[in-house]
Amino acid sequence: MVRIIASLVGAAFVFVLGLALFGTVSEWVSNPPVESAEHEFHHHPLDAGLSSAGFFGKFDRRQVQRGFQVYQEVCSACHSLKYVSFRDLTQLGYNDAEVKAIAKGWKIEQPTINPDTGEASTRPNVPSDRFPSPFANDIAARAANNNALPPDLSLMAKARHDGANYIYSLVGHGYVAQPAELIRKFPASKTPTGLHYNQYFANLNIAMPPPLTQDGQVTYADGTRASVDQMAKDVSAFLTWTAEPRLEARHAAGFGAVVFLIIFCFLAWGAYQNVWRDLKH
Amino acid sequence: MSFPWAKHYQPKQPLMRWLDEKLPLPRLVYNAVGAGYPVPRNLNYFWNFGVLAGAALGIQIITGIVLAMHYAANAGVAFGSIESIMRDVNAGWFLRYAHANGASMFLLVVYIHIGRGLYYGSYKAPREMVWLLGVVIFLLMMATAFMGYVLPWGQMSFWGAQVITGFFSAIPLVGDTIRVWLLGGFAPDNAALNRFFSLHYLLPFVIAGVIVLHIWALHIPGSNNPTGVEVKGEQDTVPFHPYYTAKDAVGLGVFMLVFALLLFFSPNLLGHPDNYIEANPLSTPAHIVPEWYFLPFYAILKSFTANFILDAKLWGVLAMFGSILLLFFLPWLDSSPVRSANFRPLYRKFLGVLLLDVLVLGYVGGAEPSPGVILLGQIASIYYFAHFLIILPIVARSERPRPLPNSITEAVLEKHAGLGPTKSAMAN
Ligand code: HEC
Ligand code: HEM
Repeated sequence: MVRIIASLVGAAFVFVLGLALFGTVSEWVSNPPVESAEHEFHHHPLDAGLSSAGFFGKFDRRQVQRGFQVYQEVCSACHSLKYVSFRDLTQLGYNDAEVKAIAKGWKIEQPTINPDTGEASTRPNVPSDRFPSPFANDIAARAANNNALPPDLSLMAKARHDGANYIYSLVGHGYVAQPAELIRKFPASKTPTGLHYNQYFANLNIAMPPPLTQDGQVTYADGTRASVDQMAKDVSAFLTWTAEPRLEARHAAGFGAVVFLIIFCFLAWGAYQNVWRDLKH
Repeated sequence: MSFPWAKHYQPKQPLMRWLDEKLPLPRLVYNAVGAGYPVPRNLNYFWNFGVLAGAALGIQIITGIVLAMHYAANAGVAFGSIESIMRDVNAGWFLRYAHANGASMFLLVVYIHIGRGLYYGSYKAPREMVWLLGVVIFLLMMATAFMGYVLPWGQMSFWGAQVITGFFSAIPLVGDTIRVWLLGGFAPDNAALNRFFSLHYLLPFVIAGVIVLHIWALHIPGSNNPTGVEVKGEQDTVPFHPYYTAKDAVGLGVFMLVFALLLFFSPNLLGHPDNYIEANPLSTPAHIVPEWYFLPFYAILKSFTANFILDAKLWGVLAMFGSILLLFFLPWLDSSPVRSANFRPLYRKFLGVLLLDVLVLGYVGGAEPSPGVILLGQIASIYYFAHFLIILPIVARSERPRPLPNSITEAVLEKHAGLGPTKSAMAN
């Protein structure tokens, strides 16, 4: 009985799937899928070669500091870092006094309430504050950016596939002239005014104007030559840190855990051999 | 206690004797996973996976309880609370990555455990109840994992919840009402998040309870083994402890090693980047996909693209649930008296195809839809249902099994002599 019902149910599913399959094939033949500009002209990210990548990856503190400088001088005009506090910068090798000074000198102040009048007001940042958003709210952010919202960058390196390399490629090498071939093949995909062609952005047209436009845009405190490529790499290193500040602790703990477990496996294997030595199995 | 020759618990220490009289808990443990449980002597490493699943559940419960101390189930702050676990809570990154990857390890181990059951015919008499309870555990795990994935309230959390609860609206007439009732609103929101958290906390303990029943039911006939031949006498078995505790320790070590590599060196490998973007009901991700362990079922769902009497969507939902529920009937679909696929050449081939088929379905479930991918998914779905509901019952009756060994011990000794039927088998 079970088998009869089962074969009927099975036949029903197979039949309906057969219908669906037939539909897929006839649709495919009568209406072959068209190529899209994104599909053909989108590029996979370049390798930023960050030292934090890989099993034993560690942050290059000087590079991350340079990246912070790029964020501070360029990206922070539009992007917030709402999960990162000023005091977290001590992890990058800044001392307490430096962090205090950075917080105090930050261009955007923290919103607060005037304790005497109760009116909305601002105050200078202190180390325990999160990096403030340059805009009062999303509406203000959109209004200032051609109706696009500059996303918070704290987690950006984890919120895109191959995030660190993606950020590097997007801001360092993405802004090129729209290929003539694209416009010829897909006239409808011409970059609209107000958007910018970027070969690494998912739909090829991004609202962010090129943030890194010329060598020397930032004057690095450590004297490194600030080429566009270098600044893009550095800011990608910084954003890798903001997304995963505990990366080094994780790698170190992982190394210990793996060594311990390998030893454990050998010991367990020895015990197993010992227990079973007299028994054929 | 399954066999007459099982060892008896005889506490020597006065304190243990006293305890045994008042509350024989050590006796229970002794009989369940100690020297009092006789187990076939020829189990291979596939028999480690039950213990590993138990370990994985333990890890989920411990890491989950500590996470819950820091997590805030409120749509406004849930995402931020996960970030502060990752950044500010002591070893919070470890807890959270252990829990998220622990769920993957748990499902991986359970899939292998189920596959073992399929290959060695462990679902057949006299172990049907063990199998049925196992399928119940699997369903509970899927519900738990789904609701857990909603908790961080990222984009995939939100849109996954939207898609999955959307299944209920495929039910004719009352579907939408049921969906709104389940969610506590028209879309996943605070009410949904709160109840998901409540249930996500509850279900693992329900799972633990069903596992007790699962093991209880197992101990009545005792464990199956790679030959599928029943235990005939004392020479066929060894006490669980120390023989299989020692072997399970090896398995546990390897399991933890794989887990550690994933957790410490590639903790986001199996996750989706979109879940690091906070939930936004106004922005639909380009490509909504569930966690890897649901992909084959998701592919089945999406393969039903034609209306026939019922709506295509309803067919898809029925088929998706059906693809799991049919496992409940497996003991009666497969009437072959031979358990182990080692002795069932034809069944073994079809099982190989099924494994491949499920992997293809997994690929299809995660791939960007294109006509080729959809077609592949439809072919693979056809095989999935045909395998269990049509092919399997026929094979069971028509195939001629290879000769079985007379006993486990005979099979073991023959293997060591280098001849005999188990030589080519995959048993160790
Ligand atoms: C003038 C304002 C502005 C500046 C300066 C700026 N951005 Fe942006 N950025 C935007 C806007 C607007 C978007 C949203 C684009 C969209 O959605 O089309 C964006 C988006 C992004 C994205 C997300 C792209 C995606 O995949 O969605 C990244 C990454 C990014 N910016 C990085 C940076 C970095 C790094 C810098 C500094 C070097 C920077 N931005 C400077 C305005 C800015
Ligand atoms: C059957 C066992 C369990 C499974 C399969 C499971 C699965 C999951 C999954 C997949 C997530 C999402 C992970 C992420 O991407 O962030 C999650 C999150 C969570 N789970 Fe569990 N879980 C289990 C048991 C538990 C238990 C017992 C508790 C608490 C008592 C718990 C508490 C939590 C909490 C607080 C979160 C949110 C934190 C986070 O997202 O990391 N879980 N769970």
